[in-house]
Amino acid sequence: MPDLPLKGVRIIDLSMWFAGPMCTRLLGDMGAEVIKVESLRHIDPWRGEVDQEKAKQMYPTRIPNTRPYDCSPGFNLQNRNKYGITLDLKTGEGIEIIKDLVKISDVLVENYSPRVMPRLGLDYPVLNKINPQIIMMSLPALGSTGPDKDYLAFGQTIDCMSGMAFRTGYIGEEPMLQSGLSYGDPLSGMNAAFAVVSALINRRRTNEGIHVDLSQVEGLISFNSDSILDFTMNGRIRERIGNRDLSMAPHGCYRCKGEDQWVTIAIPDDITWEKFITTLGTPAWSREERFGTVINRFGNQDELDKLIENWTLAREPYEIMYLLQQVGIPAGPVLDAKQLIDEPHLNARGFFEITKHPVAGSHPEIGAFALFSKTPIHIRMPAPCLGEHNEFVFGQILGMSADGIEELENRGIIGKVPSPRQQGSM
Amino acid sequence: MEQVLSGIKVLDLTRYIAGPYCTKMLADYGAEVIKIEKPGDGDPGRRLSPFFKDDPHPEKSGLFMYLNTNKKSITLNLKENSGKTIFMQLLKDADIVVENFSPRVMTSLGLDYRTLEKINPRLVMTSISNFGQVGPYRDFKATEIVLDGMGGWSTIIGHPDREPLKPGGYQSQFVAGLFGAIATATGYYGAVLSSVGQHIDLSIMDAVLFIQMNLTAIYSYDNIIRKRYGNRVGPFPSGILPCRDGYIGAITVTAEKWPILCDWMGMPELVNDPRFETATARAQNIDALDAIMISWLIEHDRDELFREAQKRGLPFAIPANAPMILESRHLRERGYFTDVEHPITGKIKYPGAQIKFGDKPYRLNRTPFLGEHNEEIYCKVLGLKKDDLVRMRETGVI
Repeated sequence: MPDLPLKGVRIIDLSMWFAGPMCTRLLGDMGAEVIKVESLRHIDPWRGEVDQEKAKQMYPTRIPNTRPYDCSPGFNLQNRNKYGITLDLKTGEGIEIIKDLVKISDVLVENYSPRVMPRLGLDYPVLNKINPQIIMMSLPALGSTGPDKDYLAFGQTIDCMSGMAFRTGYIGEEPMLQSGLSYGDPLSGMNAAFAVVSALINRRRTNEGIHVDLSQVEGLISFNSDSILDFTMNGRIRERIGNRDLSMAPHGCYRCKGEDQWVTIAIPDDITWEKFITTLGTPAWSREERFGTVINRFGNQDELDKLIENWTLAREPYEIMYLLQQVGIPAGPVLDAKQLIDEPHLNARGFFEITKHPVAGSHPEIGAFALFSKTPIHIRMPAPCLGEHNEFVFGQILGMSADGIEELENRGIIGKVPSPRQQGSM
Repeated sequence: MEQVLSGIKVLDLTRYIAGPYCTKMLADYGAEVIKIEKPGDGDPGRRLSPFFKDDPHPEKSGLFMYLNTNKKSITLNLKENSGKTIFMQLLKDADIVVENFSPRVMTSLGLDYRTLEKINPRLVMTSISNFGQVGPYRDFKATEIVLDGMGGWSTIIGHPDREPLKPGGYQSQFVAGLFGAIATATGYYGAVLSSVGQHIDLSIMDAVLFIQMNLTAIYSYDNIIRKRYGNRVGPFPSGILPCRDGYIGAITVTAEKWPILCDWMGMPELVNDPRFETATARAQNIDALDAIMISWLIEHDRDELFREAQKRGLPFAIPANAPMILESRHLRERGYFTDVEHPITGKIKYPGAQIKFGDKPYRLNRTPFLGEHNEEIYCKVLGLKKDDLVRMRETGVI
């Protein structure tokens, strides 16, 4: 069995929150050695509440323990397969240690605003001087250049700026955020992972390091390209069309039996329509002229949707999925978190892996994003507790003495317990 | 000057959106992508709107044009033995094959990975499909809305008492395409080192769930089934709300922004109002909080709110439509939108390079017409004669 494709690639990960960690999560999953750097004064906000008492109120069902910041579902999901160290980058020693790591690493990932790395004295020309083969991956929200480069933006900001929010929502109503997904973030992490691997491919051929600059907003605009091109070609603004489609009808999300249960159904053509109404038992309405052609169905979707929902309301989403899929009609349940964890198809593919975390306990965690036939992705180690790999990284990788590590710890430059008065965000 | 992926050879059997976006990423950053289309109709993605001047012609689809920049198009009938032979010849020299047929098609064509691997052991083959190559739903049919729902995306979009929504456009397919590019590039990197290729099975349903923000982890840790919050995100307040001339994304995200917002609204007393004192309290009283915010926002224009918020360190944004995005001074100065000259459309702006690799060049060569590169690939690369091409055309092989 060959090694994981990125085995032997060492990555310094200065990123926090969602976008950068998603990038290094993908790279770590595929075999890279990721060293995640936090500081005791600024731990990754995704670790959540630091104060034990407050944490108990906020997350009553989590395993009670003295280290709530090691028990965050989001942090632990995004940071598996990574080593974790702490280091205060506001000290000279901290910066020197980063530079020592740069010497022996392949990639550095950061998602600060473009001002921060130069201020820390860690901009690309500096890194390149230390290690001419280093790949620096920067993923600021709006890119490293341009008049708004320092604009503070989170995933939802990017959702708005890229046009995603504008085209998501009910027909004729306000633009909508995707309430539980900060879409700009994972997407930027993915773009950055692609960029890092591409830069590694380039380096193998040319031996050159490179600074890669990703604009999170631009990455999401490309997923909105149909609406950009409708405007540049036809001057048309693509408005919100809810669950409708531009060429299929009926096409929607229908309420089913049970509490908040829904099924999606899409009828791409006349053949599928015939199969659909046959499955419904060819009710009288289905033969009416107003539903006889795609054009007519398109024009009468409100009435059609109500008639379809009368049928779906008497059935459960999975039951409908099987009934319709049996005859080749695209249909499926709208799955929630619990249903997804129990989902037979996902489980048959081994999508979740039970991961045992030393503090947070065992949980079914999302495993591989794709099945690689010869180098399958697995969760090799759970997310690091704060500072868990200080000894390993400073001692074994950088060769510092135990005394030297202890001294850094005594001076608060490294450690395993966060400084007080930090406010978590999850 | 070379690009980061220059020298990599890709045989592209993909159609519609997910597969073509995967190979577009490879092509835009330097790989040589040969798009193999069915003689006659070509990629059914040629039938996707928008069409130039609304004329539904296979050479006028704007989405198809966007998805297939920097590629070469040849036609080849893979159901014919002579078509297969030609494919195998091309395969010898290829690094990568990407396909997104339904799972049984490659096997029925006799082009499954096991067969191809024998001819080219370094080959990385990526298969993108709705539900993957294995699992009980592998033969199920899906369109975008079905995948949005089954991947756990729609469950979080919309108002709590109304139907869940799909995200606008074709997001699940684009997401899968980008994952395809990551997997393919990484597989290739590994194959160069180990001289051993592999087959990558990418399911769009898996891909969609993979990007969800901790949906299943939160259920496992906190027993919370996240549903639709309406037009809001936590920690509150954050949402799209009406203002004087439209809508504004009044986004705060972190709790320490709340006092800054109160101060800006001229209502510092809200900070100590027990209804809004903590993030949890604000979440519980979000309707009251929205009402207060709307009464203030409605007095202001979105541009003013956008600029002033930033001065105060609040990440507000305007929910932009296409013309607003195209007019953005920031994007213009970065040169993001890229002009593409095409014989039918003339010069049109396309979304450009989201990734800048140092000072490496980036260009968008226009999308090819169906079979435009037949002669180049078949004659110059494979050494066939023009007579052969004529015969192949007559017998429907190309």
